[in-house]
Amino acid sequence: MIGLSRRRGVIAHIVLIIGMLVVAFPIYYTFVASTHSLQTILRPPLPLLPGPEIFNNYYEALFGGIGRIGGVNVWTLLFNTTVMALSIAVGKIIISILSAYAIVFFRFPFRMTFFWLIFITLMLPVEVRIMPTYAVMVNLGLIDTYTGLTLPLMASATATLLFRQFFLTIPGELIEAARIDGAGPWRFFKDILMPLSRTNIAALFVILFIYGWTQYLWPLLMTNRNDMTTIVIGLKKMISFADADTQWHLVMVTAMLAIIPPILVVLFMQRWFVRGLIETEK
Amino acid sequence: MSPRVVFPNKILPYLLVAPQLAITIVFFYWPASQALRQSMLKEDPFGLRSRFVWFDNFERVLTDPNYLNSVKVTVVFSVSTAFASMALALLLAVMADRVIRAKGFYRTMLIWPYAVAPAIAGMLWLFLFNPSIGSLAIGLRWLGIPWDPLLNGSNAMILVVAAAAWKQISYNFLFFVAGLQAIPKTLIEAAAIDGAGETKRFWTIIFPLLAPTTFFLLVINTTYAFFDTFGIIHAVTGGGPGKATETMVYKVYSDGALNQLLGASAAQSVILMVIVIGLTAVQFRYVERKVHYG
Repeated sequence: MIGLSRRRGVIAHIVLIIGMLVVAFPIYYTFVASTHSLQTILRPPLPLLPGPEIFNNYYEALFGGIGRIGGVNVWTLLFNTTVMALSIAVGKIIISILSAYAIVFFRFPFRMTFFWLIFITLMLPVEVRIMPTYAVMVNLGLIDTYTGLTLPLMASATATLLFRQFFLTIPGELIEAARIDGAGPWRFFKDILMPLSRTNIAALFVILFIYGWTQYLWPLLMTNRNDMTTIVIGLKKMISFADADTQWHLVMVTAMLAIIPPILVVLFMQRWFVRGLIETEK
Repeated sequence: MSPRVVFPNKILPYLLVAPQLAITIVFFYWPASQALRQSMLKEDPFGLRSRFVWFDNFERVLTDPNYLNSVKVTVVFSVSTAFASMALALLLAVMADRVIRAKGFYRTMLIWPYAVAPAIAGMLWLFLFNPSIGSLAIGLRWLGIPWDPLLNGSNAMILVVAAAAWKQISYNFLFFVAGLQAIPKTLIEAAAIDGAGETKRFWTIIFPLLAPTTFFLLVINTTYAFFDTFGIIHAVTGGGPGKATETMVYKVYSDGALNQLLGASAAQSVILMVIVIGLTAVQFRYVERKVHYG
């Protein structure tokens, strides 16, 4: 290490601490707001420290009175969001691992056509085909269903490309050895490929879980009923900046409930998260 | 690529790609082709009949001052978001590269906004900065800065850029840290021996060597600002006040879902598709280069 005087080190720490505070502040302040009464929130500035209403607020948001968010309680929304995040992550991994397996380990007519068909979907995100996609979903009767919420998001070029990339690094000798030992495609997939892919799957799972949890446009379009929507959309429906009736203390509790699960996933699976992010590169 | 050892099955591979292909065709290609078709159709006001009008819709969209405004808004929004987020992330990454103690702690504390949904990020920032109950808005007023993102267009823009950039700092930070670690320490030491100070070393060695990372992040951030920030705009400003924060994606949504202008919305979708294709092409050219020289 060169040129690292004591003063420079101190400056680096100061900059990082300031950066950390700026990055953490909005979330910390949300937590603080979720522990104060509505009256305190409506008379800003809000104190910098958590207040006395923490148990009341969380109890009221979680158990007090049903149907706070357009006739729906917060558990339903959390359940929907969990279903969405988990099924998208698991479904996407299964579907793309299978197609990558076919494309790398088999030779068949139209193999490259299929590969390109999957690859090009990278260029067709939901945002560029909003209305026709909505029309398709209406025609298929998938509005307000879990299938509609999750299935269309399961096809992913990114995950397929990632698995393809990884499978290509597996030496041919391994397959040869497996075949000589009498292993068929299923045996090879289950006993060799899956164990080797574990870290990739874990890394991808974290990224996809967050992807599913934070979806906005899709649940906004695909759900009309409040009891089928996600917590992010529910939160949006609770807030009105023009209207004095917004229950800010409960909004803030709901906001905390909406951001804590994915944050925990990131923090506890940090190693996989960083790996997944760097590897998927998108 | 050398010929790989493969399994000889004939039917199995089709079954394996079938699920992904089915979803892709039904939910990607069908709607995309509908968008193409619809972009050349004009419906009567009751939606009963439609006729083929070639590029009329495109012509109308591209000469519509509201659309041109949304293009301008998108450019301002994307450039500001990408620049703000990348500059801050680079500063923090360079500092994190310099410290030895507590490195992991700083990283942990800096990466979690990634897990916050863009729409929620927007709502939290609006909570802090809205004129009636926002605690930080009071601070601004106290400093004598006129501030009302609900009425003033440029204030609204600053707010959505701040929220969008804040959320993206984590991502950029991780990539810049990885990029910095890949720079050979010997180069920096050599420069130091030659008497280059810290600032000079950064601009003449570190920054140019980071160029591939920076360029990659630029593409990713642009894509993010174009598409993934729909939630922020929808939840925070709804494209307003006036049309000050109406981005191109938001306009596709509001023209199509709220105003039922299907032809115009479809034409805008097609324009966006062209933009995504361009961005993806740029991104893959870069990835390919990295494979060759990395």
